[in-house]
Amino acid sequence: MAKRIDVSGLNAYYGSHKAIEDISMTVEPRSVTAFIGPSGCGKSTFLRTLNRMHEVTPGGRVEGKVMLDGDDLYGSGVDPVNVRRTIGMVFQRPNPFPTMSIFDNVAAGLKLNGSYKKSELNDVVEKSLKGANLWNEVKDRLNKPGSGLSGGQQQRLCIARAIAVEPQVLLMDEPCSALDPISTLAIEDLIGELKERFTIVIVTHNMQQAARVSDRTAFFNLAAVGQPGKLIEIDDTERIFSNPSVQATEDYISGRFG
Amino acid sequence: MDIPTDTTPPPPRVEDAKPTTAAQKRAARGATRPGDRIFLALSRGSGIALLLVMAAIAAFLAYRASIALADNEGSFFTTFEWDPAGITSGGKPVFGIAVLVFGTVVSSIIALVIAVPVAIGIALFISHYAPRSLAAPIAFVIDLLAAVPSIVYGLWGALVVAPNLTGLYSWLDDYFGWTGIFEYQGGAPRSLMTVGILLAIMILPIITNVSREVFLQVPKFNEEAALALGATRWEVIRMSVLPFGRSGIISASMLGLGRALGETIAVATVLSPSFVINASVLDYGGGTFAQNIASKFNEANEYGRDALIASGLVLFVITLLVNGAARLIIARRKEYSGANA
Repeated sequence: MAKRIDVSGLNAYYGSHKAIEDISMTVEPRSVTAFIGPSGCGKSTFLRTLNRMHEVTPGGRVEGKVMLDGDDLYGSGVDPVNVRRTIGMVFQRPNPFPTMSIFDNVAAGLKLNGSYKKSELNDVVEKSLKGANLWNEVKDRLNKPGSGLSGGQQQRLCIARAIAVEPQVLLMDEPCSALDPISTLAIEDLIGELKERFTIVIVTHNMQQAARVSDRTAFFNLAAVGQPGKLIEIDDTERIFSNPSVQATEDYISGRFG
Repeated sequence: MDIPTDTTPPPPRVEDAKPTTAAQKRAARGATRPGDRIFLALSRGSGIALLLVMAAIAAFLAYRASIALADNEGSFFTTFEWDPAGITSGGKPVFGIAVLVFGTVVSSIIALVIAVPVAIGIALFISHYAPRSLAAPIAFVIDLLAAVPSIVYGLWGALVVAPNLTGLYSWLDDYFGWTGIFEYQGGAPRSLMTVGILLAIMILPIITNVSREVFLQVPKFNEEAALALGATRWEVIRMSVLPFGRSGIISASMLGLGRALGETIAVATVLSPSFVINASVLDYGGGTFAQNIASKFNEANEYGRDALIASGLVLFVITLLVNGAARLIIARRKEYSGANA
């Protein structure tokens, strides 16, 4: 169920402002690809073009191709709603539905997709919560609101919610930036487990995190404020952090940037 | 705690252990500078003034009502009559509020049933569907609706709306007449239904505006949570916007209900009042508290006015109960509300 993403010649705009320019890359299935780069370089914007969340922002539009195992996500007649059901997303700030119980949060995506049986629902919720390493902490309070959990638990709840619909790809936009180190570690361990089943793309500001969790790393940069962000290079994480082929990458990861 | 050095008490002696002077007490409350002191006095004064006004109104209503109730020969809560002068009963005052309670509650419920769905629809359209170029003008028109004086609504209701409602009334009678609630026997449609429709238009702006504000406050990340799961626009509204706005919608409706309960001159202009309770909301007649007071106040004698004030006290209590109920509903949902997200 994990699929490959091929991006070619992708530009994204906010109104007339070009946020990212001419990005091409391949994201391998069943692997973790990390996006690093300075603030404003467009890595989050690029992530959001991968499940057509970018166009939700007023003025947001995209040029270029994003192929998921050969199917163009931006092809005519493709419903963005269906794209988002195939490519799940976890956000920077944990965002469980505040009015729903823990159970309903995890079941929310399935209920949207429409086809489920009551008994299936229980199984999927349990499986997803176990998959997100949250089951033991919440199994006795599934009917309590999700907003009552700690930040780290809420983020794992959001991951459970995203994987409950069995997406092809899981996008994570700085999933640990609002969490303490212990919760961060829990999420990182989880990412390591999830990559067995999903294609994972993670945006992070934390370079140690990128080094710890990812198989491949993409470095983004922008020439100057107001200029569009560009992909500088993408390579095996080990190589990026030891012997990158572009000087700018080395400057950034060794802290000599700017 | 930032205590300015110049007001720090001298090294502790036994009698200085507690702040005893007025200045030290003020320092403990944090009001030492003139600006702080003036603002504290102003805000505290406003708070107290509000309580005093409420207490004064309640006391006035209770006192005058007690005078009237002491001599009432009828049963205040069950009598279907308003005759404090005792014209039909040989000088004995007979009056009761049953008809008024019924008319007030029924017309307000009709208004809410009509207005709340429409208001939520308009609010959602402005906040989530309409392009910006359309949203602003619509919001402006809604505000205009709120600025129309109620006497204008009353005149429009009596001269334009009511005469044109016979078709709707006949239709309701044809399809829902069997319920008894929508039986229409002909005649001028100046009934509680017409009043309810008019009240619905009058309370539409407040419910719309408060709901719209709440819908606009739904955090972006809440809506994106639903979007990223593959929710359509309607599903985003159902999963994120409406649950987040639930307590806001309830407050908005209660504000509207408060206005509907107390609306006076528009009701008095439209309704053809009589002291009866009709099973059908389409029959003319009935009355509301505010309308009854407005219609009878001028011709009433001192005692008659006390009787009207007694009915006003009941309206006051009903309004308090409505607000209390709204707060209870909101408080009970707090754990699940968006407020603690």
